[in-house]
Amino acid sequence: MRMRYIEITVGAFMVMGIVALVLMAFRVSGLSLQDAGDTYTIKARFENLGGLTERAKVSMSGVTIGRVTKVYLDPEWYSAVVEMEISKSMSTLTKDTSAAILTAGLLGEKYIGLTVGAEDEYLQTGDWIEDTQSALVLEELIGRFLFNKAEEG
Amino acid sequence: MLGKLLDQLQAVGRSGTAAIEAIGRGTLLLKNSLFWGGPGSAGFYDLLKQIYSVGVRSLIIIVVAGFFVGMVLGLQGYNILIDFGSEAALGTMVSLTLLRELGPVVTALLFAGRAGSALTAEIGLMKATEQLSAMEMMGVDPFKRVITPRLWAGIISMPILALLFSTVGIWGGAFVAVDMLGIDDGAYWGNMQASVEFYEDVVKGIIKSVAFGVVVTWIAVYQGYDSVPTSEGIGKATTQTVVISSLAVLGLDFVLTAVMLGGV
Repeated sequence: MRMRYIEITVGAFMVMGIVALVLMAFRVSGLSLQDAGDTYTIKARFENLGGLTERAKVSMSGVTIGRVTKVYLDPEWYSAVVEMEISKSMSTLTKDTSAAILTAGLLGEKYIGLTVGAEDEYLQTGDWIEDTQSALVLEELIGRFLFNKAEEG
Repeated sequence: MLGKLLDQLQAVGRSGTAAIEAIGRGTLLLKNSLFWGGPGSAGFYDLLKQIYSVGVRSLIIIVVAGFFVGMVLGLQGYNILIDFGSEAALGTMVSLTLLRELGPVVTALLFAGRAGSALTAEIGLMKATEQLSAMEMMGVDPFKRVITPRLWAGIISMPILALLFSTVGIWGGAFVAVDMLGIDDGAYWGNMQASVEFYEDVVKGIIKSVAFGVVVTWIAVYQGYDSVPTSEGIGKATTQTVVISSLAVLGLDFVLTAVMLGGV
């Protein structure tokens, strides 16, 4: 009888642990099962990343469709190269898709926003996005503003 | 003058060699008791019994503590974040704090106090009443019989308890934030899901708690096995278990965080 009680409570304990793990996975971290594996990689060249890091989101119309996997400096072009993996369910990105580095909110994280173009051909694994727009760097903006003011005055 | 200096030097040297010897004995104990098998080895039911006494009976303190820690995090975080008008990030703050740090660490500290001390006292008393020697006389390996199931029970229970702590804490935070302070339900959970990563945050928290489980139970069984077999010695060993394993958990936490988050 005693052994039965112990077995039942230990079983319940283990089940609680598994339930907690499942809750963590789906309710807290928002894990979904189908996005694993099915991705393809595209690249883009930016003049200035302005704080974009690996694992940043890639989104289109505000919906996350991929992640930044690699960020490095191209020593030939002296410009930053971003590799990102896009979900296979979004395989219909046109060749003239444009990429811009945007900020979530005023002080939020940096992410890449994609805007689709009008061509018939689609981006394949390893393709480059040609039309890119660098991050907005506040200091440069203020500097330019002051410079213009000084020229006017 | 010189003699006194040499005496002090000798005292330093003695404590140094004693510490190294203790580490050596502890490692030998771990090596002897980590794996199952051998004469008179403990069975599956012994493990179950130990999980019951180490894990299940720690459940109430862990769940209650987790709920209150989560509620306090919700309240404190709200008061800080409201100044920046970003109280929508409260869910993110509560869940990341719990998953990455407080869940594993506070659980390990409570676990050391609740289960670790009990393990030490139990094994110490077994040694004092010569039950361990009696086992050896009968040809039963006391490591495999007594230590192995307790060690594994701790290693198995700790991550489950830490997960439950974090889960209850996040719901406690939600209770304060959504039901009492009136933060939008969707903002709390939505921002949390957007920024919590399963591998980066949940799995790494579990890795931490497994490491803490190993360290705390190891120190507890070692202190019990190595205690001076008197009532005073057992009392001292029990205190040592709580002190050493708490410090070890906090120190190891920094090392693990530095390794997993990078940047050091």
